[in-house]
Amino acid sequence: MNISQILFGILTVLALVSALGVVVSKNPVYSVLCLIVTFFAISGHYILLNAQFLAIVNIIVYAGAIMVLFLFVIMLMNLNAEVEPQKSKILKFAGFIAGLCLFLVIVAALKNADEKTQTQATQLAGGDIGLIKNLGRALFNDYVLPFEISSVLFLSAMVGAVVIGKKE
Amino acid sequence: MYSLHAITHSIQDWLSARLSPVWVLMIESIIVIVLAIGLFAVLGLILVWLERKVAAHMQIRLGPNRVGPAGIFQTSADTLKLILKEGLTPDGADKFLFNFAPFVVMIVAMLALAPIAFANGFQIWDINIGVLYVSAISSLSVIGILIAGWASNNKYSLLGAMRSGAQIVSYELSAGLSILTIVVLTGSLQISDIVHAQQNGWWLFKGHIPVVIAFIIFIIAATAETNRAPFDLAEAESELTAGFHTEYSGMKFALFFLAEYINIFIVCAIGATLFLGGWMPFHIGDWAQFNHVMDYIPSSIWFFGKTFFLIFLIMWFRWTFPRLRVDQLLTLEWKYLLPISLFNLLLVTVIAIMNWHF
Repeated sequence: MNISQILFGILTVLALVSALGVVVSKNPVYSVLCLIVTFFAISGHYILLNAQFLAIVNIIVYAGAIMVLFLFVIMLMNLNAEVEPQKSKILKFAGFIAGLCLFLVIVAALKNADEKTQTQATQLAGGDIGLIKNLGRALFNDYVLPFEISSVLFLSAMVGAVVIGKKE
Repeated sequence: MYSLHAITHSIQDWLSARLSPVWVLMIESIIVIVLAIGLFAVLGLILVWLERKVAAHMQIRLGPNRVGPAGIFQTSADTLKLILKEGLTPDGADKFLFNFAPFVVMIVAMLALAPIAFANGFQIWDINIGVLYVSAISSLSVIGILIAGWASNNKYSLLGAMRSGAQIVSYELSAGLSILTIVVLTGSLQISDIVHAQQNGWWLFKGHIPVVIAFIIFIIAATAETNRAPFDLAEAESELTAGFHTEYSGMKFALFFLAEYINIFIVCAIGATLFLGGWMPFHIGDWAQFNHVMDYIPSSIWFFGKTFFLIFLIMWFRWTFPRLRVDQLLTLEWKYLLPISLFNLLLVTVIAIMNWHF
């Protein structure tokens, strides 16, 4: 057991427990806070894979911006367990089936993925594909078109938000 | 001549000659933790005293002058009082989150300390995306503030927390863009690279007017991000009693108070590193003799001198400008600072590509 393995174990347990907490906790504020902890644990995994840039961007975008807005809205609405709308039995059952289907697909996909041997795993950890220079090269050489198209998508989303906000 | 660099290296050599790598790591992290907490305590004491002295000076008063010479032990006495006070938890509060929030704010402030270079070769973690790391961590302090405001179950606390959230999320943008101007000029996000790029002059002087504009925007955004006057809407005492920490008392209040001053120190340290060269002494181009004379002043003194100069600037603002209204605050950011800093970033990119900077 070296240090990165111990850290991997701690982070994985943390991610799983907090992800369960999102679903299980009654209070929506606690759910959002658990989700923030989950994002932190996943960022820790990125750092273990030597992808510091992805880790930090994950924190900035999700924990720093999106989850803060979530917290904002949920705290202002002041939702409690009592006012939570009760969903019908059929909806709950449908959600259960849909979740199971997704789980099945993910398990099937992972089963077919290449099994990483020990050497491959260490190569991945020691590699520098996640560093900002290599990432930028890959984005602006190999994937310029998808990258620019996704930025146009963001722009249209922003314009849409402004239009909705302006509507009286 | 002794330098901090040599001391850390001799400790590292001494430890690794005797122990296994895992234990060396453990012991070194304990040393770092003790040093960081020590720095926090000392900074808290000094900065609170400094704030009161600067405030008194601005208002032609004397300030604290009873406890110790020039009142220097006044903050220690105040801290002792706060430790002895009872930390109340309101009845309607969410007990767990109420007691948890001060620690979140404190831990976030501590995390941001990691990539700051205090002196030549004296840095906890020289991560290759240091600047981005600091801006990511500093954007997290709002989570602690929101938790504190919501868990207090008090309308003033909630209002203060909401204001602070809106403020930090929006001013982060122009702070990040002004940081990016320096990143574009240096071509690296690593703090040590940024400091070394300023060997022949600080970016504030090398980068022409666009960098000066970026520096001004950074200082404004830093003041707003630390919830300081004139941007202290989150704790505006004339409207919201004390904002998000209304219900806190004793040591829990002291942690919020301390975190505020640590955050000021960190943003000023980042500003000093990016625009004023960090620990790099004042060098002018290739005047070898002048640069050599400047090198005699230790790098840690340069770093702390610049940082405390910026802290003084931010304290000065507090007693100079009246507080903004919420709509003025958001107008200033979204209609003025953000477009200016976007255009400014474009200008700096042109300068960097054409190599027009010195």
